[in-house]
Amino acid sequence: MSINKVVANADEAIQDIQDGATVMFGGFGLCGIPENCIAAMVKKGTTNLTCISNNAGVNDFGVGLMLHKKQVKKMIASYVGENTEFERQLLSGELEVQLIPQGTLATRCLIAGYGIPFVPVLAGVGTEVAEGKETVVRNGKKYLIEEAFEADFAIVKAWKGDTMGNLIFKDTARNFNPLMAMAGKTTIAEVEELVNPGQLNPNMIHTPGIYVHRIFQGTNYEKRIEHKTVRKTN
Amino acid sequence: MALTKEQIAQRIAKELKDGYYVNLGIGIPTLVANFIPEGINVVLQSENGLLGMGPFPEDGKEDADLINAGKQTITTLPGSAIFDSAMSFGMIRAGKVHLTVLGAMEVADNGDIANWKIPNKMVKGMGGAMDLVAAAKNIIVAMQQTNPKGESKLLSKCSLPLTGIKCVTKIVTDLGVFEIIPDGFLCVEHAPDVTIDEIKAKTSGRLVIADNVKPVAI
Repeated sequence: MSINKVVANADEAIQDIQDGATVMFGGFGLCGIPENCIAAMVKKGTTNLTCISNNAGVNDFGVGLMLHKKQVKKMIASYVGENTEFERQLLSGELEVQLIPQGTLATRCLIAGYGIPFVPVLAGVGTEVAEGKETVVRNGKKYLIEEAFEADFAIVKAWKGDTMGNLIFKDTARNFNPLMAMAGKTTIAEVEELVNPGQLNPNMIHTPGIYVHRIFQGTNYEKRIEHKTVRKTN
Repeated sequence: MALTKEQIAQRIAKELKDGYYVNLGIGIPTLVANFIPEGINVVLQSENGLLGMGPFPEDGKEDADLINAGKQTITTLPGSAIFDSAMSFGMIRAGKVHLTVLGAMEVADNGDIANWKIPNKMVKGMGGAMDLVAAAKNIIVAMQQTNPKGESKLLSKCSLPLTGIKCVTKIVTDLGVFEIIPDGFLCVEHAPDVTIDEIKAKTSGRLVIADNVKPVAI
């Protein structure tokens, strides 16, 4: 017998996420987002969430669905330009927002998964991102001290996974997913294809199952394209 | 004639050298990919996790799992590599990316750049811009010389929140090409038929005209 982390579906995977929790959502734009779990979160109606996600989805898809239902108290993101409802809530003061550089966002996930509590980074030095932050100087260069994220849950989307939680991502749907998978106290993975141990090549695993606590095969992926761009043909 | 957006991109493409790894921002910078000179092999980096960004897909072949940092559908090329966002900014931070081209709302004559926020008006976030400008050694800004109100975007000091400090190396606008030097903006090229007087009138930061200033070759 092998360790089995399989849960039935998104509803079961997220059932113990309480109001006020800090939750990471993988994805870049609408690419590689955990669609099933987001839908389940909207259905469950969990509120007062702190969301960590590179983007805020669009008005009617992705993390934007939770914003629309006012489930999010605080959003930590790097770019939210695709979501006008987000911008409205932000400018009207309804939503607390922390915008942080994208590489810093990624690195704060990475170090959480690597057991490194903080890291010096150049990004944001001399800008308002630096306000209130501890700094360190090395060889005449100033760095900001950035802390590892602490998230109650990380919810990620992978292409393939096995019942032990090993994950493989596809194309640029990888983005923040493996990083957030490492950073959650509890990590939930939804996958397009769930297989038995031994069916994934160990050399090709992007996220080792040790980082993943719950896994299920998702259904009905819409995989919405934000900007369809195609080649001009004669 | 002032340069068109395509001509700005075409001029920036001349900065590319064989073997370069290049990150192109959203807007005019993206157009640079259309003007890569013959015989020059470059690899385009997309900061959402791809080296070797190919052209847009054929209609019907688009894949939601394969996009660029502007969320546009794209393709890979033979030799492409996919990685996560931490590695993407790792290679940027480590100085492996040779050239970064990005847009700006304002640039100051000391190389400061502002391109992410207009307080109380527009808040989209900095995305990867702060990481890129903090790390990249060679940063070219592609933008218009003036804003829609006709005010210069080349300033003595940025009025908008900064993205990075003392980081821009070169600016290509519709009016000319400027290098950042200790004395301010050094105008090295002017758009054909754009006079130095017009450039002076539309630059509010310290401006130095190069002795050998010449027309932009398009």
